[in-house]
Amino acid sequence: MNNGTTSAFVNFMQAFSVYAIPVILIVVLFVALFKKIKVYEIFVDGAKEGFQVAIRVIPYLVAILVAIGMFRASGAMEYLIKFLTPITSLVGMPAEALPVALMRPLSGSGTLGIVTELMQEHGPDSFIGRLTSTMFGSTETTFYVLAVYFGSVGIKRTRHAVAAGLIGDTAGMLAAVLICRIVFG
Amino acid sequence: MLNYIWLGLMLISLIFGAITGNLQSVTDAAIEYAGIAVDISLGLIGIMAFWLGIMKIAEKGGLIKIISRLIRPLAKFLFPDIPKDHPAIGSMMMNVVANWLGLGNAATPLGLKAMEELQELNPDKETATNAQVIFLAINTASITFIPMTVIAIRTELNSMNPFEIISTAIFASTIACFTAVTAAKLLQRLPWIKKTNPMNMKTVKGADNE
Repeated sequence: MNNGTTSAFVNFMQAFSVYAIPVILIVVLFVALFKKIKVYEIFVDGAKEGFQVAIRVIPYLVAILVAIGMFRASGAMEYLIKFLTPITSLVGMPAEALPVALMRPLSGSGTLGIVTELMQEHGPDSFIGRLTSTMFGSTETTFYVLAVYFGSVGIKRTRHAVAAGLIGDTAGMLAAVLICRIVFG
Repeated sequence: MLNYIWLGLMLISLIFGAITGNLQSVTDAAIEYAGIAVDISLGLIGIMAFWLGIMKIAEKGGLIKIISRLIRPLAKFLFPDIPKDHPAIGSMMMNVVANWLGLGNAATPLGLKAMEELQELNPDKETATNAQVIFLAINTASITFIPMTVIAIRTELNSMNPFEIISTAIFASTIACFTAVTAAKLLQRLPWIKKTNPMNMKTVKGADNE
């Protein structure tokens, strides 16, 4: 995308984001008015589940975040990086970007911290800066999403969910390297 | 699998913590992150209540059914176990669109609502169904149109063009999402994963009754 289309796209999406929620609310409320729904009673009925859902998430999120927090504090990541660098350099991933790829599924704020540091060091418009920014945007924090989504309904046995999520994350990281090599050289 | 990952993360942390002399910070991190987890969960209460209330009104008005009907062909392919035009499909669609628009505050409550509706179809309340795994895959590798957080940091660091990573992020996140969903679809066919599908129980029970 050249600059013109990028900014047009950005403006369009931002306008969309700003108006999406008010538009949804207006549509929902007008339909309710038209169908003579007792909106206040129904709203309160639905809303009261909010508390239980949030409370149900707690044990799952504690389990996941504690394990990830301990892992980050232990310094094991640096050893993993040393071990994996020869492999990832084969696919053209710079050594600096590997911590971003490894941290992405574990912690959103942790990844953002690494990306920010790298951009401060190499500059946001360097290849490393562009690549790691892309990597940050290319997937979600898999373990967090897993804990919250499955935790909210009390699912303990996650079957192949972690595997599918991590395969997706890996594909996202590799795709980021590929597309950045093509677009930013 | 999560049992092994969890055990692995904890043991590696403790062992490496001991080797590198970081043991104190490892245990400090455990306590700190337990607190963070509770803060995050409690922070969901208000926004969850709001969106669950609005969604209930939308449901009563028949809007969720209409959305479910709109994406019937795609839903049939991704979620063959879900009955036609089930409200879970409408909720999932709204979650996905909210994610695309970067409306994180709305996306999570809508997604959890969808998860709850999928759970109603689940005969075993503690084991994920195929549909729930696929929906999770869509969310763990969700397509991002504008990664606003990282763009904000690029702007702050005086990037010449903070937005230039949008097209590359769309590409990479689309690949991630398709791969995650495909992986979920393929993995669910493996015999030892197929066998654990809670939806099997339903058919087995049905067969017993006959």
